[in-house]
Amino acid sequence: MEFFDTIIQISDSAVRLAIPLLLACLAGLFSERGGIFDIGLEGKMLAAAFLSAAVAAATGNVWLGLASGIGISVFLGLIHGVASITFRGDQLISGVAINFLAAGLTVVIGQAWFGLGGRTPPLSGSGRFANLEWPVADALQDVPVVGPIYAELISGHTVLVYVALLIVPLSWYVLFRTRFGLRLRAVGENPGAVDTAGISVVRLRYSAVIICGVLCGLAGAYLSTGLAAGFVKDMSAGRGFIALAALIFAKWRPVQALIACLLFGFLEAIANRYQSIDTGAFEIPVQFMQALPYILTVVILAGFIGKAIPPKAGGEAYVKER
Amino acid sequence: MTLMRTFLGAAATLAISTAAALADPAVIFDLGGKFDKSFNEAAFNGATRWAEETGGSFLEVEIQSEAQREQALRRFAERGANPIVVTGFGYAAALDTVSKEFPDTKFAIIDVNWLEGENIRQIAFAEHEGSYLVGMLAAMASKSGTVGFIGGMDIPLISKFACGYAQGAKAANPDATVIQNMTGTTPAAWNDPVKGGELTRAQISQGADVIFAAAGGTGLGVLQTAADEGVLSIGVDSNQNHLHSGSVLTSMLKRVDNAVYDVFSAAEELETGVTLSMGLSNAGVGFSLDEHNDALITAEMRTAVEAASAKIIAGEITVHDYMSDESCPVN
Repeated sequence: MEFFDTIIQISDSAVRLAIPLLLACLAGLFSERGGIFDIGLEGKMLAAAFLSAAVAAATGNVWLGLASGIGISVFLGLIHGVASITFRGDQLISGVAINFLAAGLTVVIGQAWFGLGGRTPPLSGSGRFANLEWPVADALQDVPVVGPIYAELISGHTVLVYVALLIVPLSWYVLFRTRFGLRLRAVGENPGAVDTAGISVVRLRYSAVIICGVLCGLAGAYLSTGLAAGFVKDMSAGRGFIALAALIFAKWRPVQALIACLLFGFLEAIANRYQSIDTGAFEIPVQFMQALPYILTVVILAGFIGKAIPPKAGGEAYVKER
Repeated sequence: MTLMRTFLGAAATLAISTAAALADPAVIFDLGGKFDKSFNEAAFNGATRWAEETGGSFLEVEIQSEAQREQALRRFAERGANPIVVTGFGYAAALDTVSKEFPDTKFAIIDVNWLEGENIRQIAFAEHEGSYLVGMLAAMASKSGTVGFIGGMDIPLISKFACGYAQGAKAANPDATVIQNMTGTTPAAWNDPVKGGELTRAQISQGADVIFAAAGGTGLGVLQTAADEGVLSIGVDSNQNHLHSGSVLTSMLKRVDNAVYDVFSAAEELETGVTLSMGLSNAGVGFSLDEHNDALITAEMRTAVEAASAKIIAGEITVHDYMSDESCPVN
């Protein structure tokens, strides 16, 4: 029974850790499916984490915080869009610039605003997303097997967790069952064909970066107002890059993205729980566990678990033939 | 990238050159940044206190990457800043190089005691002694008999905190279990409150009900989660009791502020070529007691810890220093 409890606790932690990855990963999915590589997921998350915590701290209303976080993230996404769609700049450079911009500006503005060295004041009460207790969770707590799964694993997360999980089937539906999704995928594969059909490549790609901005905003807001209670500089701690790794791992598909992010979250949760795992014969050091997501990505890229083929027109600005 | 570098370089130069006057003292902060509510902030507070009391001004810079350590040091030395304080063992190699180039400039380095040089004042803290005391408090305050430790980056200095803490906990309660976690192996481990919170939850689910965070900005996540989950936490370096009043059992103080203040006050008369050891005996380390944790520390706990403190000062209790042999007698 104790073993079972441990599994539940680790899974619970895995879900919490996977959600920011998942949201950022889906953000990257929309952007890259539309042919815009986005290495700036990290920066957008960080900016959203900062602004949502800052506004939540200033107003005491976490929903206003969430809205501002999404706003700044969309704004940065649009900068990326202007640079790489309208002005046909290099998408990687523009993404890196957004990461730098977010890392610097959050601290500078935070210091000017709160004078706490780039941190926001700790959030409390309505300034944070509270955990939602599902109905009868307490009553079911003592029921074997089902009780703990329901009460700890399914119930008791913040609303953003459930939103993120709902976005997965929604993304699948939008991408693979709607006209918009078909066009978005086409614009990432062969923008010339889309253009020939009389559909605006620029408009589709802008909608891709806006969706990407909204999802990154959710991810950032979840970090600073759901998981933590306030912003600390650089708090995204590379999650935007792990999300990109997860995206490759999932081969640019939403449901697989969920699985990849849960796997990465699970690995992190295990590494958190056990600093080094003694298998009896030898000891797995924690560094190995922490590197595992990246190792898995390299293995995928090397083609061992199947080929990951990115959208064909990704990373290239579309130039209309004259 | 080149353009970016030019801009960054220009910005850094500008930042350094704005407030320079001859022979002002200088302080260079470590990667955690000067507002980490912890180690670097303590150094900043010491410098600020000196500036307020004397009306003097000082130079300061926060570096952004490992590569800037030597650059920042050399730059301040070239501008004639004297003395120059660097916070953190990360500067050891850079200081070793730069101090030889500027024999007339006086340097002070915190957390290092292995350098040689006539113009270097090395200030090492006996963190293991302070950690021992908070370890005792943790074990006495714990109801479950399990206490936790969450470190920042996995480096010997943090293991020194962990080892002292474990020794103290075992001294107060020989049956105590000490769970130890390190946040990571890169400098990002100092600024990841989300992971700090997850580690805290993991330790709580393993029974820990007092958790000591020696992890810079990550520690803020530990203190927050501990407060949310209704267990006690212990702050580090600066007094962090006020962050979550009634939930932070105490803070392990490391008086970096006093060390910096002393260096700045001595100015060019600073005695160098010496290694100072700041321990319990000279109030270099300790634990905090204020209105925020008054109700948490019982008279019995206070008596026990004060007795242990006296014994450590008298040499009757020797707290093992992890950094002396890179191992810890208790786990």
